[in-house]
Amino acid sequence: MLALLATLLRPTSGTIRYGDHAAGTRGAALRASIGVLGHDLFLYPELTAYENLEFFAGLYAVGDRRAAAATALEAAGLADRGNDPVSSFSRGMRQRVALERALIHQPRLVLLDEPFTGLDDASAAALGRRLHALRAGGVIVVLATHDLDLAEGLLDRAVFLRDGRIVETVDRPQEVRSMYREIMSRRAGRSGPPGAA
Amino acid sequence: MFAHIVWLVLRKDFTIEVRSLEIAYTTIFFSISCVLVFAFALVQEGRAPEGGAAGILWIAIAFAGTLALGRTFERERQAETLRALLLAPAARPAVYVGKLLGIIILLTAAEAVLVPLVALLFQAPLFAHPFWLVLILLTGTIGFAAVGTLFAAMLVRARSRDVLLPVLLYPITVPVIIAGVRATATLLEPEVDTGVLQVWFALLVCFDVVFLTLALWTFEPLMTD
Repeated sequence: MLALLATLLRPTSGTIRYGDHAAGTRGAALRASIGVLGHDLFLYPELTAYENLEFFAGLYAVGDRRAAAATALEAAGLADRGNDPVSSFSRGMRQRVALERALIHQPRLVLLDEPFTGLDDASAAALGRRLHALRAGGVIVVLATHDLDLAEGLLDRAVFLRDGRIVETVDRPQEVRSMYREIMSRRAGRSGPPGAA
Repeated sequence: MFAHIVWLVLRKDFTIEVRSLEIAYTTIFFSISCVLVFAFALVQEGRAPEGGAAGILWIAIAFAGTLALGRTFERERQAETLRALLLAPAARPAVYVGKLLGIIILLTAAEAVLVPLVALLFQAPLFAHPFWLVLILLTGTIGFAAVGTLFAAMLVRARSRDVLLPVLLYPITVPVIIAGVRATATLLEPEVDTGVLQVWFALLVCFDVVFLTLALWTFEPLMTD
């Protein structure tokens, strides 16, 4: 689903519309407004954190890419490790750099796939605060996760998926974990690993 | 903007390669080993087979090129960074050209080692016409790398990419390799026939134009699943 929204895949049927635009007609312009943090972090391990961020700032035509990279390092809490290669970072540190990479061009739509993976409690809380700030700033965040406890309080709308199909949509969900159990128990007769977005 | 993206991708690849030297070392050592094996097999009592040097030079370039192409895109696959490049709003053909230039520079470095080695071991007067030699090597390398970069990028998510790359690449690039071999062999003759040389060179330029145009045209649709 996230690959479709990110314009990496073409839908086999139907169209995806972003406001008045379809992905097929405005691919590059749309991609400039989308930030993606996938399960893979999209970082070059041989490059330093600063070099990675500066490279992606350049790809997204960010005006002052050096300043953008420095700001992103600050936001990741890694300003003092900017000149270290990403290969020397822990999973949590890489995840923080990858999130800032996805946000470096200030996208309107942010697609996050399991962003809490590998984060310790403090980093997960910091990510939660970052996502709240993005939402307050008018950014649309699509978050795919199985960490329902960590997603608690972050969601305006929860879409529960099973076998790639929507089984339930809930606005302003509270107690997502118990809601998820209840929804899935109603469909206990069916097979396949469930997920939530 | 196109040139800027090309430069960013090229500089990124160059920085990574300078730090690791992984592809440069493997490519150059593999091609040297290849030439040495042929030299031990074919050079008898200090005499090399007539016309053998041109063929062996281009075989070594083709093998080294395949190795470099595979490793370059394997690096992009490991952290799925090729997807990140495709997700950017940058023109995808610019990403292709950036990767292509990196491969060409790498192969040029390998050729800088291979040419003197082949000239020495096969007693081939490769440096008699340096201007023509550079033109032939450059056009041949561009043609080979143009197709190879496209195929290597296409196959990056294929499970059997290491097998499929040479299977797809060699049949398509055979015209380039044959033209390169014949042009280089013409250069090694005692009396160089400039007319024949120009024909092979013109063929190489034609292949380059066709392959580059097709690759630039098809890269974007082929890289969108």
